[in-house]
Amino acid sequence: MIIYGVGLLSACLVVGLYLGDVLGQLLDVQANVGGVGIAMLLLVWACSNPRLSALVSGESGKGIQFWSAMYIPIVVAMAARQNVVGAIDGGAMAILAGALAVVISFALVPLFSRLSKPAASQQDAH
Amino acid sequence: MDTLAKVLTANGLLTAFALVGVLVWLSYAIANRLTGGRIHGSAIAIVLGLVAAYISGRITGGSAGVADLPVLAGVGLLGGAMFRDFAIVATAFGVQLSELKKAGLAGAVSIFAGVLVSFVVGVLVAMAFGYRDAVSITTIGAGAVTYIVGPVTGAAIGADSAIIALSVAAGLVKSIMVMIGTPLVARFIGLDNPQSAMVYGGLMGTTSGVAAGLAATDPRLVPYGAMTATFYTGVGCLLGPSVLFLVVNALV
Repeated sequence: MIIYGVGLLSACLVVGLYLGDVLGQLLDVQANVGGVGIAMLLLVWACSNPRLSALVSGESGKGIQFWSAMYIPIVVAMAARQNVVGAIDGGAMAILAGALAVVISFALVPLFSRLSKPAASQQDAH
Repeated sequence: MDTLAKVLTANGLLTAFALVGVLVWLSYAIANRLTGGRIHGSAIAIVLGLVAAYISGRITGGSAGVADLPVLAGVGLLGGAMFRDFAIVATAFGVQLSELKKAGLAGAVSIFAGVLVSFVVGVLVAMAFGYRDAVSITTIGAGAVTYIVGPVTGAAIGADSAIIALSVAAGLVKSIMVMIGTPLVARFIGLDNPQSAMVYGGLMGTTSGVAAGLAATDPRLVPYGAMTATFYTGVGCLLGPSVLFLVVNALV
């Protein structure tokens, strides 16, 4: 049943967002801390749990796959509702601050990626 | 015409599905015919979406892009946080926990490094533009982290509303630049595997920017980048009004 997959997916997100809000309150932060990430971990866990296989395999899995495939259209809709005018009208300082932050962060990606592959870098050293 | 507008408005979400469908189809046609597939159709669709948001923002004076046009209000729902997060979580379907664990440490480190680097850049730019008081400098620096961290920090430390608006603008610029820039630089920064995607998500942090940037680069990397990016704003809101403000306050 497709609704089993959609229901599981929804439940993961709602529980994740709730835990993210609770975590934010515990840290005294006015934001949701990692709710979506927690929801993703819940889904990954559910997918690997044999007892829940009825909710993620076959027809049920299609309910999750459908929303995964809807990801790009949803992101396109998200782009179409951004406050682009606000970004451009922020003036030179806002543009420079945002742009420089992006450029420098991009440049750091290869540097920090090495941290995740200690084995590979050791081979390079040999 | 009025009747059509009434139907489109009353069925906003369906209007959005149909419109986005046409936009994506058009974008993939452009990608294949005009660029020979060199540029992803999704990258073109995202840029067209941003252009539409800009035009609509100029017409309506609103802040929600095309969603401020009553007929297209459904795009606001489809592209809002609920569906965005729902689709992001769905992309985790089929992800292996072992892949996530491989870059766990690097991902966590990159979140803190990302917040810090963007904040310092924002602070330096604010100072270069003549700001000298710790509250304004911290708020603008926090805006360079994300457009949520900026106003949260500014409100907590009592920043002027004009400064808060500037910090939101800096965060919006960052988000949009990540959307457009990611597919262009992906090859040069090694963004082609789950581990570097987790580091990228942690360093960039803006959920919308990362979501769109990876969609336009390689949708298979989305769950990994989103996993770390989703913690970034929380960490920023945690550090901004506390440690980072205290440090700036002590230095200026």
